[in-house]
Amino acid sequence: MQIVLNGILKNNPTFVLVLGMCPTLGTTTSAINGLGMGVATMAVLIMSNLVISLIKNFIPDKVRIPAFIVVIASFVTIIQMLMQAYVPSLYASLGVFIPLIVVNCIILGRAEAFASKNGALDSILDGVGIGVGFTLSLTTIGAVREILGSGAIFGFSLGIADYMPLVFVLAPGAFFVLGYLMVLFNKYAKK
Amino acid sequence: MEISYFAIIIGAIFVNNVVFAQFLGICPFLGVSSKVDTSIGMGAAVTFVMALSSIVAWSIQEFILVPFQIEYMQTIVFILVIAALVQMVEIILKKVSPSLYQALGIFLPLITTNCAVLGVAILMIQKEYNLLQSFTFSVATAVGFAMALVLFAGIRERLELDGVPAALKGNPIALITAAILAMAFMGFSGLV
Repeated sequence: MQIVLNGILKNNPTFVLVLGMCPTLGTTTSAINGLGMGVATMAVLIMSNLVISLIKNFIPDKVRIPAFIVVIASFVTIIQMLMQAYVPSLYASLGVFIPLIVVNCIILGRAEAFASKNGALDSILDGVGIGVGFTLSLTTIGAVREILGSGAIFGFSLGIADYMPLVFVLAPGAFFVLGYLMVLFNKYAKK
Repeated sequence: MEISYFAIIIGAIFVNNVVFAQFLGICPFLGVSSKVDTSIGMGAAVTFVMALSSIVAWSIQEFILVPFQIEYMQTIVFILVIAALVQMVEIILKKVSPSLYQALGIFLPLITTNCAVLGVAILMIQKEYNLLQSFTFSVATAVGFAMALVLFAGIRERLELDGVPAALKGNPIALITAAILAMAFMGFSGLV
């Protein structure tokens, strides 16, 4: 349980470790997109953590990074195909960021820092913790941007769309919202 | 496809700037951009690798993945090719031009996990560019990346000297600066 909680608060990938910034900024135009991206990343993270912790003793130390990348890329391809088949509209709106899960530093970082040193069960828990932390952060950013930018939440209109500055859904809004959420996190949660 | 090279270049550098409009390569953007010198080095290294990887990735897509109908292997193959390419560039540079290696050396390993490189390779295939268009697109994107990095580093160098509230120090103020820069870049939208 401690491992899971660590991933959500103390090692929060977005606000504390500041890893995986590209999908964080690029896909959070709405709460549902942030949630989708978070869940897709979490699925890859849990599976790759599990497999890497199982095969860690068979991989020679020198080629471990390429080996990890192949494992991660295989799971990304599987997720890509599943999403294309079952949630095509979400797949289309996340676009190039789905294949780019491969180069998300969070996943390779956890493989190197945790899964290659710990057992299978702990690695799964670490994947769940970091994954939930990432998903929560992305959903929060997405929700804030959706409310401020298009006056809606999870696609339900709040009836205030006409008064909201569209810029929060556009590129600058991503940087603004993440920056100020980080300030709040620094001030209140990091104690 | 009838797209002028001029439109590709202006589009990739200004209108759809990798960093400010497409959110690719943010990690090196936040990590390396605290000094102007290092960001020029990083920009040069990325330009070099992106130009090479665009040619290699395009050829692999056209001559291997499509004929054998294994396009779904794209992600795995591209990331391996880029990783191998970066390693190769590192070895060759070390032998051929030690001075250039000295300048770019430390940035090269970081490029493998720079999502801009893989992102551009995937985007140019999606846009169905031919070889020359892909090459132009990649180089222009890399120039846009380098420009963003240098601009941002210049601002950050001055920011160091200013009094910033404690909670805003470090990444938050960098992100807010980037937001203002991104807003400036929005002025280019609709240009091509």
